[in-house]
Amino acid sequence: MTGVLAAGTPAAVPPALMDTVQVTVLILVAAGATAVVLTRQPVRQAIVLSAYGLLLALLFMVFQAPDVTLSELTVGAVALPILLLLVLAKVRKREE
Amino acid sequence: MSPAARRWAFLIAGSGLVAFYLWGLTGLPGFGDYPGPYGTIINQVAVTQTKATAVVSAINFEYRGIDTVGEEFILFVAAAGVSTVLRHLRGERDRAGIDEAMGRDVPPTSDAVRMMALAFTGPTVVIGWYLASHAQTSPSGGFQGGLVLATAFILLYLAGQFLVFRRVSPVAVTDAVEAAGAGGFACIELSAVALGLPYLSNILPLGNTPGAVDSSGTIALISFFVGVEVAAAFTAIVAELLWCSAWRPR
Repeated sequence: MTGVLAAGTPAAVPPALMDTVQVTVLILVAAGATAVVLTRQPVRQAIVLSAYGLLLALLFMVFQAPDVTLSELTVGAVALPILLLLVLAKVRKREE
Repeated sequence: MSPAARRWAFLIAGSGLVAFYLWGLTGLPGFGDYPGPYGTIINQVAVTQTKATAVVSAINFEYRGIDTVGEEFILFVAAAGVSTVLRHLRGERDRAGIDEAMGRDVPPTSDAVRMMALAFTGPTVVIGWYLASHAQTSPSGGFQGGLVLATAFILLYLAGQFLVFRRVSPVAVTDAVEAAGAGGFACIELSAVALGLPYLSNILPLGNTPGAVDSSGTIALISFFVGVEVAAAFTAIVAELLWCSAWRPR
């Protein structure tokens, strides 16, 4: 991405640095998604999914979408894992 | 189907998908390149038209407000559905609840978790309230703020026990608050119609300074009601699931 979007903002980050940050976060997100898929135990998977939600939130922030960052933080990192954990607790209780 | 046949079916379908996907990728615009006129136009006119410096809020609650109505009621209906399926009705018998968790003690919450949860509850409420009620500045948003507020209730559950959670978010209250949020939104939409204006028109004074507390008219108000609705709806969903899965006295 060129510096077109950053130009005009009060504290413009050098485009080269921004590129590096964006590529790094993209790689982290890919690694995080793989980690979620490779985690086989559902409870652990919910926790890894929460960490992955944090990474996605970071991705949206780096790509200049703070509002989506907030949504992803609350939904991806908190709400979805909590719902999954609650459902797992309910299923497990029934199995016992 | 034999394993070998399944593998072949997957390989053929998979290679077709990959080819199609790669072909689609070649047609995409360049990275960071925005081809459409819509965003550029909105960026130029939004702040002057709506007096909201958060263009995302202006789009959500003004330009495509009708989509937000739909989204809002998806969550409303989802919460109602969860309640319908899971909630115990008065007079309904609990099926053989005695031995389900026999011999399994409820692990006590550690002091560290309790303290962290308590320490975070206050700031979470403040942030959620700010996000939901200041839609005219960025970053903000009713949906995000509402979820942050609901998170504060979950922190209370972590800090205390399920009974405390139930006491601070009684079913009657969450239901009423959820209905008030959804109803408030509906009232704003319809009051424009009552005044003879198009549905969802911004009927309140827009203020003079973009981004100020009194600016953006109905945008901030709709966002606030969305926040109230989302907070109550999510708290209700979590409460119903907790009621099913958590320890409770007999």
